[in-house]
Amino acid sequence: MSFQVFWFIAIAVLWTGFFVLEGFDFGVGILRGVVGKTDEERRVAINTIGPLWDGNEVWLIVAAASMFAAFPAWYATMFSGFYVPLVLLLVALIARGVSFEFRGKRDSDRWRRNWDRLSTAGSLLAPFLIGVALANLLHGVPIDANQEFTGSFLDLLNPYSLFAGLTLVLLCVLHGSTFLGLRTDGIVRERATKVAGRSSIAAGVALLVFVTWTQLMLDRGAIPDFLPAGAVLATFAVSWLVRDGRDGWAFAMTAFAIAATVATFFIDLYPTVMVSSTKAANSLTIQNASSSAYSLKLMTIVMLVFLPLVLVYQGWTYYVFRRRVTTADLGD
Amino acid sequence: MTKLDLARLQFAMTSIYHFLFVPVTIGLSFLVAMLQTAWYRHGNEAHLRLTRFFGTLLVINIAVGVVTGLVQEFQFGMDWSAYSRYVGDVFGAPLAIEGLAAFFLESTFLGLWLFGWGRLSKRVHLATIWLVALGAAGSAAFIMAANSWMQNPVGYVERGGRAELNNIWAVLTNPVFLWGYLHVLLAALVTGCIVMLAVSAWHLRRDSQPELFRRTAGLSLAVLLPVSIFQLMVGSHLGVVETTYQPMKIAAVEGQWETCQPCSFSLFQIGGFNSGDETPTKIIAVPHLLSLLATDSWNGKVVGLNELNQQYQQKYGPGDYVPNVFIAYWSMRAMAYLGTVIVLLALWGAWLLHRGKLLASHLFLRVAAWAVVLPILINTAGWVLTENGRQPWIVQGLMKTSDGVSPSISAATIWFSLLTFLLLYGALAVVAWVLMARYARKEVAPAPEVDDRGAPQTAMSY
Repeated sequence: MSFQVFWFIAIAVLWTGFFVLEGFDFGVGILRGVVGKTDEERRVAINTIGPLWDGNEVWLIVAAASMFAAFPAWYATMFSGFYVPLVLLLVALIARGVSFEFRGKRDSDRWRRNWDRLSTAGSLLAPFLIGVALANLLHGVPIDANQEFTGSFLDLLNPYSLFAGLTLVLLCVLHGSTFLGLRTDGIVRERATKVAGRSSIAAGVALLVFVTWTQLMLDRGAIPDFLPAGAVLATFAVSWLVRDGRDGWAFAMTAFAIAATVATFFIDLYPTVMVSSTKAANSLTIQNASSSAYSLKLMTIVMLVFLPLVLVYQGWTYYVFRRRVTTADLGD
Repeated sequence: MTKLDLARLQFAMTSIYHFLFVPVTIGLSFLVAMLQTAWYRHGNEAHLRLTRFFGTLLVINIAVGVVTGLVQEFQFGMDWSAYSRYVGDVFGAPLAIEGLAAFFLESTFLGLWLFGWGRLSKRVHLATIWLVALGAAGSAAFIMAANSWMQNPVGYVERGGRAELNNIWAVLTNPVFLWGYLHVLLAALVTGCIVMLAVSAWHLRRDSQPELFRRTAGLSLAVLLPVSIFQLMVGSHLGVVETTYQPMKIAAVEGQWETCQPCSFSLFQIGGFNSGDETPTKIIAVPHLLSLLATDSWNGKVVGLNELNQQYQQKYGPGDYVPNVFIAYWSMRAMAYLGTVIVLLALWGAWLLHRGKLLASHLFLRVAAWAVVLPILINTAGWVLTENGRQPWIVQGLMKTSDGVSPSISAATIWFSLLTFLLLYGALAVVAWVLMARYARKEVAPAPEVDDRGAPQTAMSY
């Protein structure tokens, strides 16, 4: 296996990790007002992700930095080409990030409500924009022979990519609701379970459409592969699982659905990293966008040393905070 | 304004802003870790209460530092795609290592520290805050390694129209990096100490909880005194390092148009900042001092801007290779003079502490509270100095800043993001400042209830 292939896989793994983990953070951010009618209930919802969201967001940072290090041309073309959505994404992530810390820092209902609104908007917008951006890699955007993006903002707003963004938001809502079902109790859990049951159908239908659309776009016939089909089934299965009170299984299913969807996306993309709609020869691939062998070898060693370590201590964090959060846990 | 100006303005603005929060995070996390260690060792409730008090300030600060760091990482690709293409092979690696090795550590253990009160044993919980501090300091190391490569590119080979890494060891032992990183680390400690000292002084002057705040005043002064003196020495040596690797920067810092030997150092000068006006009125010129600062020798030679410019023209082709001299001259002096003020403040405070008169000197307490603006100015001046001094290069000798900007974006696009970030950052600055001030002026909360292991039960939850 060449280093380029390894790094393509590594970046796919990082993005998958990001969506599986930060996906439920986004979902909880979106759903806090739905599952929490009082401030205490909303705090319970936020505190389920309180110790986790910051560490989860680092997956995005490392994914982007890895693209920079391993495939500089990919990073350069994508980030300069997708400029406006990325500005909006940064605004969404900033608003969301600070609102976690700031919302409780003043004893005023208006203050907290405003931060909650910002945070909800950010949690909605972020997965939508990332979904649009990633889908465009596969859909294709205008790229010239110098690997420069030649399109405009409107080129990014094609129906396929917008629908991908929407699907991702629905998956995050579903993932967040099963996470809340697993990590809360009482009325908050009841409401989360109800949301999970409903959004399971919505997300399942959206995912089915998205998977089929992708198949047709890539000229592969309407029948999807095992992995995306599994993702769709897992998404639908959630509605039965939550009805039977199987919180753990429901969460496992949504995690699998997101992971399988992201993995399918990268499998479909390989070995291209950015499709050029101008001319197939202008597409960026793992060959023409990559760093030198020395750099990739060095980064491989670093990745193989540190990523397992990260998995261990992040896994331990999840173990430490495994208990359901109730109003009794809320501190000062 | 051209696309280039706008992209530079945006990078300068967002970097300076980001670095208002970074040194507070690094410095204060070490000090909070020390407070918590004191509580762990001696079991004195005062230390626990102070840990949580300053921990809250730390967390407000980290929130802004983390989210503005995202902008920094995205910006290379967004505004500087030609640069990213050219250097990614070398420059991307430290950024990715930063995330994997340091930022994951900092963020994950911050969550564990905040929410781990009462869930983790006292010993493990203490370890989490030290890992936060370690992660923060580690992050800075890789960022500085990347930046130092732009100042003094090493360990690479130019191939296929780009720079390719061929020796990571050279990148990590780059003298500009080693000294620059030490400089940044010490600056962060100084900043953390000043923040802690200023907050403590504010309370002490109002006789609010003196039994608590005299401890943090003492701790911050005890760290500040040696660190700030050491920092002056390191900063001075960094000048010698720069004379070797970036002579243009040093010549610009001194407004030295002609080569001199020995060279005097002007405390202030009027005029002399443009190639049309090369004879300044030096207000106070100290003989030999520039030779000493720049070369570590009494009669050292400092090559002037004109001679260096000619050398560069021969080597790199026609053009103007002199950075903005006015900015270089004054940013260096702001940094050095205000740094000296901090040393004097530390000496004053340490002397009062030694005499047992710290709490009685309202003048010192008032000055110390206001001193919180000093590290902000110094840190900003430091970055302005080092980044402006490298111009017109984005990577010294390899790529000009004007060649690094993204070809595919328009000036209007950068205007859009510049104004967006200006508004967002402005609002964020107000909120963060108001919250920091509010929490800094609060009374220290009583100690939380402890469980049978002696660990506090309530987390610092949202």
